[in-house]
Amino acid sequence: MTEGDPVVTLENVSVAYGKHLALRDVTSSFSSGAVGLLGPNGAGKSTMIKALLGFIVPERGRMRVLGVDVAESPLEIRARVGYMPESDAHIPGMNAVSFVAYCGELAGLPGVDAMQRAHEVLFYVGLGEARYRNVETYSTGMKQRIKLAQALVHDPDLLFLDEPTNGMDPKGRDEMLELVRDLAHNKGVNLILSSHLLPDVEYTCDQVVVMDKGAIAAAGPIAALKQPRGRVYELRVKTPTGGIEAFLQRLRAAGLDCHATDEDVMRVFVPGEGGARELFALASAERVQVRHLRPSVPTLEDVFAHAVGEE
Amino acid sequence: MPIHDQGYRRYGGDKTRGGTGWIVITRAGIRTFFAKRAFLGLLLVSWFPFFVRAVQIYAATNLPQAAFLAPTPETFRQFLDQQQIFVFFVTVYVGAGLIANDRRANALQIYLSKPLTRAEYVFGKLAILMAFLALVTWLPAIVLLIVQISFAGNFTFFKNNIFLFPAITVFSFVQVTMVATAMLALSSLSKSSRYVGILYAAVIFFTQAIYGVLYAVTRSTSLSWISFSANLSQIGDVIFRQPLKYDTPWPVSLMMIAGLIVISGVILERRVRGVEVVA
Repeated sequence: MTEGDPVVTLENVSVAYGKHLALRDVTSSFSSGAVGLLGPNGAGKSTMIKALLGFIVPERGRMRVLGVDVAESPLEIRARVGYMPESDAHIPGMNAVSFVAYCGELAGLPGVDAMQRAHEVLFYVGLGEARYRNVETYSTGMKQRIKLAQALVHDPDLLFLDEPTNGMDPKGRDEMLELVRDLAHNKGVNLILSSHLLPDVEYTCDQVVVMDKGAIAAAGPIAALKQPRGRVYELRVKTPTGGIEAFLQRLRAAGLDCHATDEDVMRVFVPGEGGARELFALASAERVQVRHLRPSVPTLEDVFAHAVGEE
Repeated sequence: MPIHDQGYRRYGGDKTRGGTGWIVITRAGIRTFFAKRAFLGLLLVSWFPFFVRAVQIYAATNLPQAAFLAPTPETFRQFLDQQQIFVFFVTVYVGAGLIANDRRANALQIYLSKPLTRAEYVFGKLAILMAFLALVTWLPAIVLLIVQISFAGNFTFFKNNIFLFPAITVFSFVQVTMVATAMLALSSLSKSSRYVGILYAAVIFFTQAIYGVLYAVTRSTSLSWISFSANLSQIGDVIFRQPLKYDTPWPVSLMMIAGLIVISGVILERRVRGVEVVA
């Protein structure tokens, strides 16, 4: 594998749980750096990661991680990747430093090096003072951190982080995101961050792969995806009673993409060059008063909503 | 300005290649149990019959009045039979939680995300239990043989019963393998070690009880293959060249033991996975 090559590639990968197809003929690649794997719950993000780790054997398709075929050399891959699972996971009956050192040894580090790195990574993730406590006594936030520590201890070339901020309080969440960002941007660790939280992905990643219903809905650099291929407006209107649905249908029929946000303001994506003039024309035709219209910058949320067809 | 940057550093040292993960698991497991006082107490008690037998051998070799206590191959066979109660307790204490606790803590996905095969994981766990079981079966029996040689001051008994060393080794291995694989399979079926312990006891006592009832009805020992304890006893008698206690042909007993090990292996193959798939 040479520099610039994708760290992960999937070719026509399908994974099924019984009759339910969790991944549908997925073809995609993840470039080096920090890539967000974004999608609503049940989109197939965790399934994809577990398939890449070799936990699940796909019905068909081919996957490569760090240039190595998953089906042929899963152990070689696991020696070079770190995995932070979504659910609580630890080795029972161990304190934090023993647990992390144990994981290091399992990953092939000599005992002394594993112990030394366990101390280092525990300080790095902010558990230095609590490293001699039994993991079972840890809070949810601390358990998230120790999962990151065990994934890092053997210095992987690629990290799979599955919902790393799950269950964390706002301060802990910010600190976790800061760690992830630091790893990707300052420490040279490639990572794939699976999340359904747009701000997490937007803050930590440069690229994003959006998944929906087991398929890839959009992929590319976040900055490029946010480039307007039209214009985005914040819009608030006053309609005759019950008229909002008719107005929304009219907008969609005209090819405009709109979805609600907080505070009664909708975001409307107007493709092409029509812009505000087109919006006013449609409002006028439906006898709707435009109370607020402001040009906006496309966000990752727009990209996501557009990709998964969210209203 | 910090004196020492406690940030993340890349690792420049060597990593061992795959295939040794089971040793890490076994070493950590053994260390964990040796740190428990209750378990050390159990190990100590399990060696009590050894000391009694050692005194018996000492008396037989040094006191002419106690010559009737002189050891025979049957002595060693009986000793291993006596150790069965400790095999039971050690199996329940050590084995019940080996996989069940990992399943409760979702540890399997941690283990299997490392360069470790499922077989290595199972073998590592199996080795923990087998090591402790060997500590209460094979090791005291072999030491007892050495004690006999030491107290007698000659190799006469050992030479006359040269088969004893392989017999102790083979029987201990069969017993330990059967018990350990069965317990590990049961441990993989639940997330509660307590439940697994009860289940194991139930399997052992239930098969024995069914055989007891059938024996009471038929007055025949030919159905002893139903009981795993009886099967083990039958094989033990064959290995130690003792008269067989049951009418069941020993190959049938051996097949039952082998069948139990195979079934345990199949259960472990299905249950030890990085992800639990409910289709």
